[in-house]
Amino acid sequence: MPMIQRRQVIPGDVVAKGNYRFGSYIERHGDEYVALRVGIAEILRDEIKLSPLTGPYLPRTDDEVIGKVVDVNGFGWVVDINSCFDGFLPASFVFGRDFSPATHDLSSKFKVGDIIGTRIESFERSRDPQLSIRGQGYGKIESGEIVKISPTKVPRIIGRRGAMINLINERTGCDIKVGQNGVVVVDGSPEGIVKAVKAIRLVEEETRAPDLISKVEEALGGSAVGGI
Amino acid sequence: MKKLWEGAQLAGSKRKLIDENGIRLDGRKWNELRPIKLQVGVMKNADGSAYIEWGKNKIMAAVYGPKEVHPKHQVLPDRALLRCRYHMAPFSVDERKNPAPSRREIEISKVIREALVPAVVVEDYPRTAIEVWVEVLQSDGGSRVAGITAASLALADAGINMRDLVVGCSCGLIGEQVVSDLDDTEDKEGNGDMPVAIMPNLGQVGLLQVDGVYTRENFQKAFELAIEKGKEIYLMQREALTRRFFGGEAQTTEVEEGAE
Repeated sequence: MPMIQRRQVIPGDVVAKGNYRFGSYIERHGDEYVALRVGIAEILRDEIKLSPLTGPYLPRTDDEVIGKVVDVNGFGWVVDINSCFDGFLPASFVFGRDFSPATHDLSSKFKVGDIIGTRIESFERSRDPQLSIRGQGYGKIESGEIVKISPTKVPRIIGRRGAMINLINERTGCDIKVGQNGVVVVDGSPEGIVKAVKAIRLVEEETRAPDLISKVEEALGGSAVGGI
Repeated sequence: MKKLWEGAQLAGSKRKLIDENGIRLDGRKWNELRPIKLQVGVMKNADGSAYIEWGKNKIMAAVYGPKEVHPKHQVLPDRALLRCRYHMAPFSVDERKNPAPSRREIEISKVIREALVPAVVVEDYPRTAIEVWVEVLQSDGGSRVAGITAASLALADAGINMRDLVVGCSCGLIGEQVVSDLDDTEDKEGNGDMPVAIMPNLGQVGLLQVDGVYTRENFQKAFELAIEKGKEIYLMQREALTRRFFGGEAQTTEVEEGAE
């Protein structure tokens, strides 16, 4: 098995020298690769990656996000997706190609204040991100408790192949939806929600803990499936 | 009553800022820094924050953003708008300072902004604003460089892409002697002040202001000393950031691929 080097870096640190492929949060200066964020850099054989430990949510195509409708106009909905850019969900993506503002009532589908699960259809630097609800599992979220976490901690909440989220779901009976933008919706019994939110907060605070999942397991207690 | 008047002088008479042994009023040698304490992530409401104590300076820096630009006409289509405000609290100096921004504060806001922009990857955040607030709670000379030092940590804490940290240090002249890190008295009664901000890894200078009359040699010496001292402070910045995010020194580990 090839070895990976993991380095804790801060902005300005040279992650590696030489020739690598590199992702976001890294800039190339000559033959040096400079970290742009506080985070953990992984140096593989021919590639370097950086996972930041802090930062705002920036939209990326195909991200699944949870947002709040903040405005409805003749052509679609403006959605707050917990980012510096507002998302736009065009009405034609919802009603189909034969959409016309005269025949369709946009407010009948989503109203201002509704929470919706969407996917980022496209995002370029020059325009606000476009959203879509095509596909399974997208659309209005009717009930639940909204919890906002740091977007950099989303992978932790989900865990390895969904281990963490499955654990919380099993122990509290709550349905948990996680948006890549750091918005989490927890739905279930009132007692279950309280426990699940506590667990999520624990994951957020203890991101660095080596054996996070057993810590969460302990905090949730050995209670039966279905909550309480 | 006697104690209150100790060390007081008549206007026009100058006390000695540096004695025969080369020791300054506060006991430092010519090339020593005042004690510095740095802390990152001190405010929950800001996206990023840092606090610095540098000698008697106490300064808070907060970063908000990236966020939508208001007023809309200031939007930059290809990059972020970096806004800085340096402000001194009314209670930060001996005599109450009018809280309205003074000519001096407006200038310092400008130079802080210009020292920070080259380090921030503003192109990564088009059409947004990033706001940096530097609030001086107690002032003691060299507050602009202390503000820059704290502000760059606050930016890193906010998770804004940066090519390097920015660190400042001032140097100056007492008589013909070059000294590092002037305090308030030395700034006012000395013969020159030279605040410098650098990006230590990039090897670039983001701020260089000078007052006083320098010989060519003294200028060179003061400038080089400011850079040398800046690099010392950079190590403290590193320490403060790694303490906040990694709970200690930054580490490098090797793991097998596929292992968690």
